[in-house]
Amino acid sequence: MVISDRDHPLIAAIQGGLPLVSRPYADLARRIGWSEEQVINRIGEMQRSGIIKRFGVIVRHHELGYRANAMVVWDVPEQRLDEVGSTLGDHPCVTLCYQRPRRLPDWPYNLFSMIHGRSREQVSAQVKQLVRELGLDGIPHEILFSGQRFKQRGARYQ
Amino acid sequence: MLAETLQPEFADPEALTDLEKRLLNEYQQGLPLSPTPFADMAEHLGTTEAEVLRILDDMQQQGVISRVGPVFKPKQAGASTLAAVAVAPEELDAVAAFISAFDEVNHNYERLHRLNLWFVVTASDQQRVDQVLAEIEAHCGQPVLVLPLLKHFHIDLGFPLW
Repeated sequence: MVISDRDHPLIAAIQGGLPLVSRPYADLARRIGWSEEQVINRIGEMQRSGIIKRFGVIVRHHELGYRANAMVVWDVPEQRLDEVGSTLGDHPCVTLCYQRPRRLPDWPYNLFSMIHGRSREQVSAQVKQLVRELGLDGIPHEILFSGQRFKQRGARYQ
Repeated sequence: MLAETLQPEFADPEALTDLEKRLLNEYQQGLPLSPTPFADMAEHLGTTEAEVLRILDDMQQQGVISRVGPVFKPKQAGASTLAAVAVAPEELDAVAAFISAFDEVNHNYERLHRLNLWFVVTASDQQRVDQVLAEIEAHCGQPVLVLPLLKHFHIDLGFPLW
């Protein structure tokens, strides 16, 4: 499906979150002049087509005590990249997993993963376990813990 | 925007009730698309609609959840990249402020590494992204490592908390 101009009021109305009332879709529909059924159907279509990746409770890890967010970077040989990327990306403790270019000689790492934990110790233990579990012994990696957050703004759709 | 140190401390996960934990864990991915989603959730969780709404409202007020709503796939049009730069520790705050001031920068983090400042630049086209990166590089007097996304290996299913 393609997003059209007529979707913009709906997107604008839902991207800040649903109203916490008994019939939230009816409430949104009234605001933008649609029917409740139209709102529900269109959100469903956006989910099925992947424009909405997920639709639910958006947890802020940091506020829940998951303060040790670490970027774990791996130097994976090209022939193992898809295999390692998929197994790592599917693991429940990994929240993001991307291939990015190496920048030699400064930066030898081509696979980036994000791991959240309650403490640095917990994240380090988690990484050790990942290495064991997924057979990543021969693959050099580094853990970059986060320090100060200077700016964090969720990507807006429009 | 100010650094996180000004935010209040919140929510020890251990202090959450079982109902609160289930609510967080089971509804990150999909909310019922029925006219009464919160009543449906309450029925599934063995509680009342009023209780579900109260918990979500409290958590939203406290900042434990940012919203109950959608995560959109990043827009296909436009250009974006992760970038990193090594900054002298005594200049970190000032350089970070310079970088954060760009409207095109939506994330800007310190990381404990020689490359200690990491940020994301997003603009409507690659030319503008390059321009912002060039201005930052000129300001820092250090090479900026540009690390655009090449391939995505993760499907966002939310995050198991317990």
